[in-house]
Amino acid sequence: MAPAMTAARPATSSALSIAMTGSGGAGVMTAGSMLLEAAALAGCYGLMSRSSGPQIRGGEAAALLRLAAAPIESLGDRFDLLVSVDWLNLEHFAAELPLDRNSVIIGDPSQGEPPAAMLANGARRLALPMKELAKKIPGGRANMVALGYVASLIGLPEDATAEAVRRVLGAANDRVAASLASLAVGRQAAAEVESPVRLTPGTRSGRRWLLTGNEAAGYGALKGGVRFVAAYPITPATEMLEWMSPALVELGGVLVQAEDELASINMAIGASYGGTPSLTATSGPGLSLMTEALGLAVAAEVPIVVVDVMRCGPSTGIPTKSEQADLNVALYALHGDAPHVVVAPTSVADCLATTQWAVHLAEAMQVPAVVLSDQSLGQTRMVIDPPPVDDAIAGRMLAAVGDEAYRRYALTSSGVSPMAVPGMPDLMYTADGLEHSERGTPSSQARDHLAQLDKRRRKLDGVDAGARWAEIDGEGEIAVVTWGSCTGPAREAIARSRDDGLRVKLVSLRLLAPVQPHRLAAALDGVSRVLVVEQSHGGQFRRYLLAEHALEAEVRSLCHPGPLPLRPGEIHQELMRWSRQ
Amino acid sequence: MNAPISAALAAKDFKSDTKPVWCPGCGDYGVLTSLARALADLGLRPEATAIISGIGCSSRIPAYTTCYGFHGVHGRALPVATGLKVSRPDLTVIAAGGDGDGYSIGGNHFLHACRRNVDLTYIVMDNHVYGMTKGQASPTTEPDWDNALMPGGSGLRPFQPLVIALASGANFVARAFSGDIIGTAAIIAQAIQAPGFSFVELLSPCVTFRPEQRAWKELVRPSPVPPTDDPARAARRIMTDDGFNIGVLYAGRRKPYQPEIGRARKPLADLARGFEL
Amino acid sequence: MTPEPAIASRADLLACAHAMEVEAAERYEEFAAQMRQHGNLEIAALFGKLAAIERKHAEALAADLKRGGHALGARPALAVPGQEGLETASGDALHYLMTPMHALAIALANEQRAFEFFADLAERPLPAELRRLASEFAAEERAHVALVREWLARLPKAAEDWDYDPDEPTMPD
Repeated sequence: MAPAMTAARPATSSALSIAMTGSGGAGVMTAGSMLLEAAALAGCYGLMSRSSGPQIRGGEAAALLRLAAAPIESLGDRFDLLVSVDWLNLEHFAAELPLDRNSVIIGDPSQGEPPAAMLANGARRLALPMKELAKKIPGGRANMVALGYVASLIGLPEDATAEAVRRVLGAANDRVAASLASLAVGRQAAAEVESPVRLTPGTRSGRRWLLTGNEAAGYGALKGGVRFVAAYPITPATEMLEWMSPALVELGGVLVQAEDELASINMAIGASYGGTPSLTATSGPGLSLMTEALGLAVAAEVPIVVVDVMRCGPSTGIPTKSEQADLNVALYALHGDAPHVVVAPTSVADCLATTQWAVHLAEAMQVPAVVLSDQSLGQTRMVIDPPPVDDAIAGRMLAAVGDEAYRRYALTSSGVSPMAVPGMPDLMYTADGLEHSERGTPSSQARDHLAQLDKRRRKLDGVDAGARWAEIDGEGEIAVVTWGSCTGPAREAIARSRDDGLRVKLVSLRLLAPVQPHRLAAALDGVSRVLVVEQSHGGQFRRYLLAEHALEAEVRSLCHPGPLPLRPGEIHQELMRWSRQ
Repeated sequence: MNAPISAALAAKDFKSDTKPVWCPGCGDYGVLTSLARALADLGLRPEATAIISGIGCSSRIPAYTTCYGFHGVHGRALPVATGLKVSRPDLTVIAAGGDGDGYSIGGNHFLHACRRNVDLTYIVMDNHVYGMTKGQASPTTEPDWDNALMPGGSGLRPFQPLVIALASGANFVARAFSGDIIGTAAIIAQAIQAPGFSFVELLSPCVTFRPEQRAWKELVRPSPVPPTDDPARAARRIMTDDGFNIGVLYAGRRKPYQPEIGRARKPLADLARGFEL
Repeated sequence: MTPEPAIASRADLLACAHAMEVEAAERYEEFAAQMRQHGNLEIAALFGKLAAIERKHAEALAADLKRGGHALGARPALAVPGQEGLETASGDALHYLMTPMHALAIALANEQRAFEFFADLAERPLPAELRRLASEFAAEERAHVALVREWLARLPKAAEDWDYDPDEPTMPD
């Protein structure tokens, strides 16, 4: 239940939130993409996420944008502008499109009245007869008229908008001319109106990137050395796999489409056994299927990376919406005692570095690594500064050819034992999911089981996560402890709290397993109140914190499930309320 | 198939020191010997050969050889073998297991491995029973075979692996019998040499749970017709045989699936160009 | 598929016989290992003895070959369907509770097959010297057959319930 919105105040003074909605082939997603790209070309930052009905085509759709002069990481609390090509099923999005009396709804009079729910908060109205205007142009389209109108209203330069249209459609596309003409008509209409909102102009030029979290994760994996991917399509991970497929070919790698997730995880294990860093990507239902094979990778000590782009669960859940409720599966769903790595990127940009890091950890420790991304990171397209160049790739510790008494699972002090790879003479061994001796021979002996369990845990206990293990920002007697896509809203909430005179520390965990209780304790030194923020109904992250760490502070939880994100405003409100108690 | 080199190894060089836990009398002993013979006859090297298995008595075979082995989870040998072969085409990759592992839990992977036609050899040691778990019906068990889990029998029509393999696109389909060590060695060698997905359904009696299968050695016969490359003809033959015709039944000419790998055409940083504004 | 033996000389015949003995020895040794692994030490020892006998025969033939300045063959280039080598049984007659009677029945069948092979060879259109040698080998194998028969006769017959094991099979995986 979202708290009642107080009188609106822009989340960040220069950030503007714009929603474009429509159905039946209106093309609002395309228009939204163009708006984002136009803002980026104009030197701004921004992001766009999407919402749609269940239809594959023609259903109601909403492009949700937030644009700003400075980098932003998440959607805000409300929308400044709602542009609707039509009102069909718009109440479907009502909860996702909070409006207030400072918001402006731009609609086509020929489509009738907006749903009552959208008007309840007193938003102002502007009329734009987009369909009629579009008809005047051969091949003209209402969404392009709306785009021209909005771009002009918020102050985006004409050339940036036109260039964005060309880039999104592809310059050779024969719709470009009609689209540009429609754009112009929209701009003209906007000139006659006094604009209620303006985007503070951006000053950034120079190389910036526009990409989704899924693409960033794919690229990060390649940077980490992945050259084999097994793929089974699932919403919302499919685009990561589709981005990687041609990219792998360019690098001499390969993607194989599997018949199901059981096949994809086992294929990746097979390729990794053969010496190739390997990966698969999936969502909650797929990760559940993969748990047996992940245990096999733990037991046989085969490195592998699985990216879980989380969506609402349980079971089929809400495939197109984000949630942070696969934490339990990632941490605990392997049968037996099966230590492994779980990491979580904190933003769209961080998907790159954290996936690269996951490959590094998996290869160095010969263990599976699960990357918990989510739909809101994976499918949000964002303008980011290019990530710092980090070419560190850990090598896998390989066995030395010629080792006469080679034992694949030798009890080394670090727990990591050199790995022979097929092709190496004299080092042949059979990798096994059965418990085994140092040589790899199946064993049911107590001493072997204990020795190997100790070895597999020791490997991870020795991990040096460095500064990456968490993002820690600021100081305060109250701290927000969070993870993943809640980091952006938390950071924004903390900035607002600081404006209100309250100092709050941010701790966002990237390394969820192996747990780092001492480091968290150190990070929370001096903190007496911890607000745990997460997008889960059952509070999985809070339970994990309490179970695995000794938290001395008083702990409160701010959590709710998807499909709605945790908003900066609700986090800020909770912080202020608690600070007054 | 990896390139043979001059220092030829004998069959015994492909058998490890690990003593099999198979019951004396088990057909899998013969299979192990035939496999070792085939690998030696082809001049292959243990370090360039990988044997991938699932779970079950037959799946214990990798550790009984001196090759690289992977003893994975139940039913999943084929995907592991596929991932390995596609990323390491230089290796000879053989997947092995039993009828429960391969046709029940592994059934889906079986279909798609035949379709995918990666250059693999898949040997299923079929004894019409789940031996490791003490005697339940498997997909190839007769419908009226009484057992503890399904008294009176499963009542189900037995799975027809050869027909399914053929229909799904396997490039080489053969049936062998574990008691015919030299014949089976020859079939396995042919299967390894045949490009694409080679499937060998290998009748291998279970002395403990199906002692009546000792009679198989009287029932098997060399296939009365030579192998064909016509899938329709092969299908007709296989659908009308009694399950005891031994030999190569189909040898097709599908091109194996093997993407080109290993040669980078672009530096990694170029792939980020698409993100740049 | 019965490849015909390529025997054209004395050396070929000696090599063939040698290879058969070696393979028989190796097979008995494998059987002995299986029996040891499954707790039947009496039969393991028996197969071990049979293996040793075959090894002795092999050594004699090897010496013969060496004297003649010939190389040893890698393995016999001949077989009958269902048999790996003529003196080598497939393992399907084994049982973890098998008795000496069963083991010797296997040995008997091996020797019988070997006898038949050489006897048959002796009737082939081969040079006289080779046929003579084949006959000699046949005679030796027949003597082995008699020996095994005698051995068998001295053994007590296996009990009715020789394969009774009160314990259920286990499920290791």
